[in-house]
Amino acid sequence: MKLTVNNISQRYGSNEVLKDVSFSACSGEVVALLGPNGSGKSTLIKTLCDLMPPKAGKVDIDGRDVACLQPIERAKLIGYVPQNVQYAPFTTVLDTVLVGRRPYVQWSYSMDDLDMASRAMETMDILDLRGRYVNELSGGQRQRVFIARALAQSPQFYLFDEPTSSLDLKHQLRTMRIMHEVVHGQDRGMIVAMHDLNLALRYSDKVLMLKDKGVYAYGRPEDVLTPEAIHDVYGVESFIMESERGLFIVPDEPSDGTCAEG
Amino acid sequence: MSAEGVRGSGLKEAFRLIRGNYIEREGVIGTFNASRRKKVIMVITLSIMLVFVAVVALGVGAVDIPALDTLKVLGHHFFPDWIDAPHQEYYSTIILRSRMPRIILAALTGASLAMAGVVMQGILHNPLVSPFTLGLSSAASFGAAMALVLGPVLLGSAYFGHFELLEESITNKNLLIILMAFIVGMSSVVLVLAIARTHRLSQSVLVLSGVVVNYLFSAGISFMKYISDDSALREVTNWLMGSMWGATWGSVTVLIPIVAVCFILMERCAVDLNTLSGGDDVARNLGVNVRRLRIHCLVISAFVTSACLAFTGVIGFIGLMAPHICKMIIGNDHRYLIPAAALMGSLILLLSDTAARVIMRPVELPVGVIMYLIGGAFFIWLVTRRSGRQLA
Repeated sequence: MKLTVNNISQRYGSNEVLKDVSFSACSGEVVALLGPNGSGKSTLIKTLCDLMPPKAGKVDIDGRDVACLQPIERAKLIGYVPQNVQYAPFTTVLDTVLVGRRPYVQWSYSMDDLDMASRAMETMDILDLRGRYVNELSGGQRQRVFIARALAQSPQFYLFDEPTSSLDLKHQLRTMRIMHEVVHGQDRGMIVAMHDLNLALRYSDKVLMLKDKGVYAYGRPEDVLTPEAIHDVYGVESFIMESERGLFIVPDEPSDGTCAEG
Repeated sequence: MSAEGVRGSGLKEAFRLIRGNYIEREGVIGTFNASRRKKVIMVITLSIMLVFVAVVALGVGAVDIPALDTLKVLGHHFFPDWIDAPHQEYYSTIILRSRMPRIILAALTGASLAMAGVVMQGILHNPLVSPFTLGLSSAASFGAAMALVLGPVLLGSAYFGHFELLEESITNKNLLIILMAFIVGMSSVVLVLAIARTHRLSQSVLVLSGVVVNYLFSAGISFMKYISDDSALREVTNWLMGSMWGATWGSVTVLIPIVAVCFILMERCAVDLNTLSGGDDVARNLGVNVRRLRIHCLVISAFVTSACLAFTGVIGFIGLMAPHICKMIIGNDHRYLIPAAALMGSLILLLSDTAARVIMRPVELPVGVIMYLIGGAFFIWLVTRRSGRQLA
């Protein structure tokens, strides 16, 4: 399947956030969405899953306009994990993950739904937590629960907004590796907004860099994530090192002595 | 990561998944079944307790009736050929004409307030929300106060007339109070929705609109009290304290289908309410029309609550207490939480109303007073207990 973004623009009131953004992502690809704070990563993700219909342009999946799909049909195609996820007290991890099956259930859960939830929790290493209340978990554990809910939803495209932001190093790597395997093993697509350039370099198949409301560069990570691009987008000097495990980026101090703000 | 590294860890992961999948799937099904069993047992236990308390409540009051005679009255009423009537003829009159409709009204009102509380807390993501948060109680009270204060002026002698319905005599005054309480109660929700509409019915704007509407109608009540004479003032005060004054077979005949239909409509929203617990964006992504769900649930909650309050006056805290007690026991799965809270609400209001009838008998206390006492104590406990952080 192919998700195509055609010249979309987005704004909050009179403040334009995205302008003429175009790109496409296919099944079997992890696309990392990079850019400084305020560059429109979260807005782009919300626009892709039609939580914020674009002010101009359109998003389609295999030629079908996402805005014209029935909500349930769209839910089977696109799964979304926001940056800040809400949860209700007294809800168990199992019940939370089963919510991901909403597009497939009317009132009661089938064995297939339990099977999907079981696999999702096993994948995210939270099976032992299944009977615990979500409000009793740490931030990182909760984040894994919300990713498991998206896995249980089993969509064609996963849209994640900084999914690793509250995870420890081990679970950042594990989560990205799992997502990489899900995308390639099950032929799903994934677009993930993130800040960690090295995770993007290591686990993504393509990188989309946002700057000045539009696309700065889009392509293979090793082609896009160059010291020049990082300097242009983030205002940070950096250099690329090569090791047995692949390339990694070593940032220097910001060129103007401050962090880039969008 | 090198291709070999990814491949190696991927195979290891796959092997672990295949080896553990069967056992872990069984484990998940076990957890799911245990959780469901707990919820079903809760609903069944509450149902049994409600029936037991109802039978006890039928027997106690200004005149105590032995439990066996209470059962005989009920048995004879439903199976006259099989079960003999009790020796005292008036037992049947007391139970069937006076106490039974009162107990059914208490159960229906408790259930309505509790299930409306669950639904409102679900759609507004706020554990301290109740059916009264959106100004419904103030509005219904204002409607009743208008009927009591302005009714005699506007209707003249017709205000004191009566008519027959379902073999019962209904006064025009009571009918006017019921209609005004219901209509003005519902209007509060319409007003809240109209105000919050400009902000796409966001949770915070809905709650703030409710607070504003609450104050507006409270001002109206104060004005009605200010211009009323002594007898109307006393009646308004009594209405505000809440009691089962409207308990007749006519009222419960009207309320039973309303409560049943609203329960079914709420239960149909249960899976969407579970989804909404993840936030508006997650729910919308999972195919829920959040705006429609919010309007739908608000209108149903307001309808069922207004309908019951019109016959009872203001009865607070049930919409907060019953949902919280049930959530602490069976969790936040609305599919079971709505019926469990409804039964819990019925049970609490029935117990409170029975206590109100018995504590100072033959004088009856307004059940609203008992509820505020119990509710206040409950919330002090809830907020100050060690794991009180779970409230938020």
